[in-house]
Amino acid sequence: MIDKILQSPAAALADVPDGATILIGGFGNAGMPSALIEALLAQGAKNLTVVNNNAGNADGGLAALIAAKRVRKILCSFPRQTDSWHFDKAWRTGELELELVPQGTLAERIRAAGAGVGAFYTPTAFGTRLAEGKETRNINGRDYVLEYPIHGDYALIKADRADRWGTLAYRKTARNFGPIRAAAAKCTVVQVRETVALGAIDPEHVVTPGIFVQRVVQIAALRKVA
Amino acid sequence: MKKLDRNQIAARVVRDIPEGAYVNLGIGLPTLVANHIPKDREVLLHSENGILGLGPKPAPGQEDEDLIDAGKAPATIVQGGSYFHHADSFGMIRGGHIDICVLGAFQVAANGDIANWHTGEADAIPAVGGAMDLAAGAKQVFVTMEHLTKQGESKIVERCSYPLTGVRCVTRVYTDLAVIDIKADGLHLVEICAEGLSFEELQKLNGVPLKWKAAA
Repeated sequence: MIDKILQSPAAALADVPDGATILIGGFGNAGMPSALIEALLAQGAKNLTVVNNNAGNADGGLAALIAAKRVRKILCSFPRQTDSWHFDKAWRTGELELELVPQGTLAERIRAAGAGVGAFYTPTAFGTRLAEGKETRNINGRDYVLEYPIHGDYALIKADRADRWGTLAYRKTARNFGPIRAAAAKCTVVQVRETVALGAIDPEHVVTPGIFVQRVVQIAALRKVA
Repeated sequence: MKKLDRNQIAARVVRDIPEGAYVNLGIGLPTLVANHIPKDREVLLHSENGILGLGPKPAPGQEDEDLIDAGKAPATIVQGGSYFHHADSFGMIRGGHIDICVLGAFQVAANGDIANWHTGEADAIPAVGGAMDLAAGAKQVFVTMEHLTKQGESKIVERCSYPLTGVRCVTRVYTDLAVIDIKADGLHLVEICAEGLSFEELQKLNGVPLKWKAAA
């Protein structure tokens, strides 16, 4: 019997090695797998490369990982926030490397990894400093920049519901990068509000099929719902 | 001279957004555009974090942490709206499906280049978000901004001195002084918005030459 459901975030992340590349879901706090990030913090893996849209807010989650000096490099589109003080400090002192990626290019590089695409040309960032040093090509009169996929060793994401095969449904804008991160990592760990029986998620409404998911952990919901 | 305020600039932009348009609004002044779209005009707002049919701000107490806009503020979705993941969302942008995006800017050049993501200062925390994707991908790129810097220099320039967000992409600029089209042969004044401002005065403030076919 296939059963991807584990009993704790700690069990789901026990084998994360130093130096791993970790795709972390979420756009701001929506879709942020907070319980998994806390478990990663407790687990102790260091020298990590983290891929997220942002670079942490306030003192919790990803910001806490950065504050604990566990992140060597971060790939993101928008690190600057009013409360990104841990990132700001680590970046200014040079202890944290930043690869700034336009948000759509970030999404497509992750999607490409999951879809087996070796590289792609995008018009985004052509002629800007974020394309400096990159291969470019004019295709049918339009200029493009060559971009490569971003593979993850692990993806830590949040979904609303999962079954024991790892089939996922999301909630509202908490979906964001979740489905593409799930496909781009060797081991995708999902924090869900609820685990359900096989078939409870209508096959027509499945967003992430279980083939992209290796581990599921149910976390009691604390969120406020209108 | 009486300049337009931010809400008046936003209202002016709305005059150029037709029914049925798919529109992405940037953070800041562009966000105000949503407040001025008439109720009887169906315009679908795209939010790059995965919403088509972005609605107004939720009433106090009705916020949902799973439903936010691209500025990470609590949001709503309209009846008939949809959610999707980030790769689809930016496929809509890059794939030319978004009719209009409205962006703020530090500078816009006469050839349509835009600079809006970085001041160029070495120790400034860089952050680009979706600005480069929107600049490169939307069918029309509208820019809203104050025409002059605090020092009185034109933000419409021959060549941007700030780091670029996109090249040759801006189609129309809305400022507190005027509406200006950017075409292959340069800047075309569409209208003067500030009361009591003459074409000659605007031309002097703008720096870069403006073409103007005065209304017959």
